Amino acid sequence: MLLAALNALDRKVLRNLWEMRGQVIAIALVMLSGVATFVMALSTIDSLEQTRERYYQDYRFAEVFAPLVRAPERVAEQIREIPGVSQVQTRVTALVNLSVPGYTEPVSGQLLSIPDDGRPALNQLYLEEGRRLTPGRDDEVILSDIFAEAQDLQPGDSISAVINGRRKQLTVVGVALSPEYIFQIKPGALLPAPERFGILWMGRTPLGTAQDMEGAFNNVTLTLAPGADEDAVIDRLDALLAPYGGQSAHGRDLQPSHNYLSEELRQLRGTATVIPTIFLAVAAFLLNIVISRLINTQRTQIAAMKAFGYSNVAVGVHYLKLVLVIVVIGSIVGSVVGVWMGIELGELYLTFYRFPYLDYVLEPSVLAIALLVSAGAALAGTLYAIRKAVTLPPAVAMRPAPPALYRETLVERLGLKRWFSQPTRMIVRQLQRRPTKALLTVVGVAAASAILVLGQFSGDSIDYMLQIQFDRAQREDLTVSFTDPASAQALYEVQGLRGVTYGEPFRSVPVRLRNGHRTHRTAIQGLPSEARLHRILDENQEPITIPPEGMLLTDYLAELLDVQPGDELTAEVLEGRRPERTVAVAGLVKEYTGVSAYMTVDGVNRLMQEGHLISGLYLAADARYRQEILQSLQERPRVADVTAQEDAVASFIESWAETILTFTFIITLLAGIIAFGVVYNSARISLSERSRELASLRVLGFTRGEISYILLGELAILTLIAVPLGLVAGWLGSAGVAEAMATEMFRIPVVIDRSTFALAALAVLVAAAISGLIVRRRLDHLDLIDVLKTRE
Amino acid sequence: MEMHDANGDTRRTAPNGAPEDRENVFEVRGLTKVYDMGEVQVHALRGVDLDLYDSELVVLLGASGSGKSTLLNILGGLDTATDGSVRYEGWDLTRATERELTRYRRHHVGFIFQFYNLIPSLTARENVAIVTEIADDPMTPDEALEVVGLGDRSDHFPAQLSGGQQQRVAIARAIAKRPAVLLCDEPTGALDSETGIIVLDALDRVNRELGTTTVVITHNVEQSKIAERVIYLRDGQVETVKVNEHRKAPKELEW
Repeated sequence: MLLAALNALDRKVLRNLWEMRGQVIAIALVMLSGVATFVMALSTIDSLEQTRERYYQDYRFAEVFAPLVRAPERVAEQIREIPGVSQVQTRVTALVNLSVPGYTEPVSGQLLSIPDDGRPALNQLYLEEGRRLTPGRDDEVILSDIFAEAQDLQPGDSISAVINGRRKQLTVVGVALSPEYIFQIKPGALLPAPERFGILWMGRTPLGTAQDMEGAFNNVTLTLAPGADEDAVIDRLDALLAPYGGQSAHGRDLQPSHNYLSEELRQLRGTATVIPTIFLAVAAFLLNIVISRLINTQRTQIAAMKAFGYSNVAVGVHYLKLVLVIVVIGSIVGSVVGVWMGIELGELYLTFYRFPYLDYVLEPSVLAIALLVSAGAALAGTLYAIRKAVTLPPAVAMRPAPPALYRETLVERLGLKRWFSQPTRMIVRQLQRRPTKALLTVVGVAAASAILVLGQFSGDSIDYMLQIQFDRAQREDLTVSFTDPASAQALYEVQGLRGVTYGEPFRSVPVRLRNGHRTHRTAIQGLPSEARLHRILDENQEPITIPPEGMLLTDYLAELLDVQPGDELTAEVLEGRRPERTVAVAGLVKEYTGVSAYMTVDGVNRLMQEGHLISGLYLAADARYRQEILQSLQERPRVADVTAQEDAVASFIESWAETILTFTFIITLLAGIIAFGVVYNSARISLSERSRELASLRVLGFTRGEISYILLGELAILTLIAVPLGLVAGWLGSAGVAEAMATEMFRIPVVIDRSTFALAALAVLVAAAISGLIVRRRLDHLDLIDVLKTRE
Repeated sequence: MEMHDANGDTRRTAPNGAPEDRENVFEVRGLTKVYDMGEVQVHALRGVDLDLYDSELVVLLGASGSGKSTLLNILGGLDTATDGSVRYEGWDLTRATERELTRYRRHHVGFIFQFYNLIPSLTARENVAIVTEIADDPMTPDEALEVVGLGDRSDHFPAQLSGGQQQRVAIARAIAKRPAVLLCDEPTGALDSETGIIVLDALDRVNRELGTTTVVITHNVEQSKIAERVIYLRDGQVETVKVNEHRKAPKELEW
């Protein structure tokens, strides 16, 4: 029916496609993978960005955030008067220790006040379960959903918190989401741990009372008027809040939740560019070899068409249609798969990033771009071959192509020839005669191995990073933070607890470091000069002794500030008396997270012009007394927070394992498709080009195995050359990705396990072997008589 | 019956024209081949009975579609029979496995085709060597090329040789393994008469000097004059067998 409606040439297109369906499928699969990745990544980016934007607007996410020590409520009026400020919401916050019934590990909570009427002007809540706070009640809280979910807490349950040194029973009345905590991570933590850190919203009056903040606030957020200059507002705000212990306001860019999600989107955007580019380039190459070969075998048909009066354009369009059918199959199926993957990926993101809703957005432009780029790549790959074929005069095209001229190869002329059997000579001469095809095959297979290494590398690097971070650097079992700097006496007191085997103090102060016009806000960590628990490491992962004078900088921070050991920089302390000092850079520290500066505890105290004060303790504890120690610490009014090290890692790995496995599976599949597509097509082309000589050899008494050696040996050589190249390329690519992904929060070391290399090589070799076997089956059914009776 | 070869020697011959004193190389009985072409069945061979003898040169003559190529392909182990039997030195080819047929081609048969089928990436010598490397008691490639008069072209690639030279390389390749039979399917079909005669001369020399049983397919009646026996095929059956009283030398032919 359908066929009858087509003209003869179009029927030929369909039949040609059907005859080479194996190759068509292989190429369409490669193209599909590229399109699907593109559509998946871009639709997910659009979905997350637009959902975030809508969420931010609907729930009035603030634009400027400023923590401070304490300011009377009337200051809010002054803040409102800063030009460019739109809405202001003051609040009371507190980082507290929580006790969840039935859960023995330490849990921290970030308490945030909401106005007593339950309707904050900014950072409004999306109530998922339960009800709003009852005005007048002082024991009600609303929990963040990810924490409630992790701890299995429902409205009606109760938990307790140590607020300002007093334990208080709290009743959960609701579970909510906030645009401020789309991604929820404890301040300063490396990894999210939903069951160990939660956000709790409480009424302004009860929290103010408990925190001794009646008529005052210690945190303010605001939105900007249209067209306002954010930096100017921040400067004015800083100046205004400085007398109240303001610790430097910041915009959304430094807001952790916003920052994490933006970073995630940035990485996804990288994926949306790099992966489809590789796939489409490979597809273009495959189309090139397949179409060139097809045209070669149809030389006389082209001549006949032209002899009948078809124009060059008509013949060219005929072959272009063939290419475009493949493009359309690849793009349409790829788009469908991409949409499905995009929806799945969106769901996956929702486990880490909490939105009240996720609108799946598929911009028509994404599909249009996917189609256009695929078509462009396909045309780039085939246009030259098609043009060359259609411009051949019919009389020339009617004659068979002149026989291929072979030469002895360089390796043979070097004297290796006598070691080569005739079949081996056939292999090396064939490679030499078609160097471009050989090269592109190598590049294609290498790309597959490189993608596998790239896909695995972040997993390996995170493993390594965690191992360095927790086995070599942060070896403490517990970290205790005080509400205010305490006297060094606290160390001896805590060390006296049963089961505490060792303790080390630390002193942490917020600071702005400056070198010329380059500045950076961070914290100076004061540590014992030869720490045993919380150690800092050099680039060989060896512990460093902190010098009595000067400051050590994280290598990434030194880069940001453009300083080297020996240089001096200005340290502007953002706490206490706010001293400003010139400090020498004494050395660099290798760290994968954060951008800290380090000094000895004494050094920090000298800088602060204060007595011997400490901000907290690192403890080594006997596991048997762990619960007892935790309980005792949490009872102490000046202990703000206790963090346990070990299980944070385990819970992170657990939550990411599934994601990483899924990702690895997809990457392996994609790379397998490339390897299969390249090797299978190369093999089919070689088979088509050489079926005649292989059939001759079968007639001469060569076995199937022996002729397979000639055909597949060529591909084996190319694959074996390509795999190591691909592994190196993957390693270089990983280094590039690591560099591109480096941020203040996180820098990924380039660590690739041997097992990753082995797996990448294995996967590609298996894909190559499978395509080899498929071609081998065709070789077994080679029609000897048919091949030999016809002229090439 | 008496039969004379080109040298005028006289031999005793069997009633069907075969030389009586020679060993029987092929014994073909009731050979039938039906090609199943989807909806139609093509009967290429309809019960062929035939004997081929040691050292003789036979020409298979017949029109297109008479079944001569099918017969040659079955004799050479390239195709299988639908019915009947082919015995090669007493061994039943029609019951052979794929593996046995490969071994048979490897050690016992030499093939020559209309379109040479040389390996373009190998030189003349290497095209011969590819066979001698897997044969049991071969000549050296140079000896084989010497037999066809191409000793001086052994380092040339096929693209550097004329059609006639390429076909002579193909002959050298076919004989280098010292096969028991040489099967030639229109060996001069793609060549002009002058070159064709040179190629036939090479075949004739191989037959005389090495005593290789040689079967040549042609549709050129003039060429059949070089044979000891001419077998006429028609519609898949042996029509007649003619014994040439005087076997002509290829150089005496004209077409």
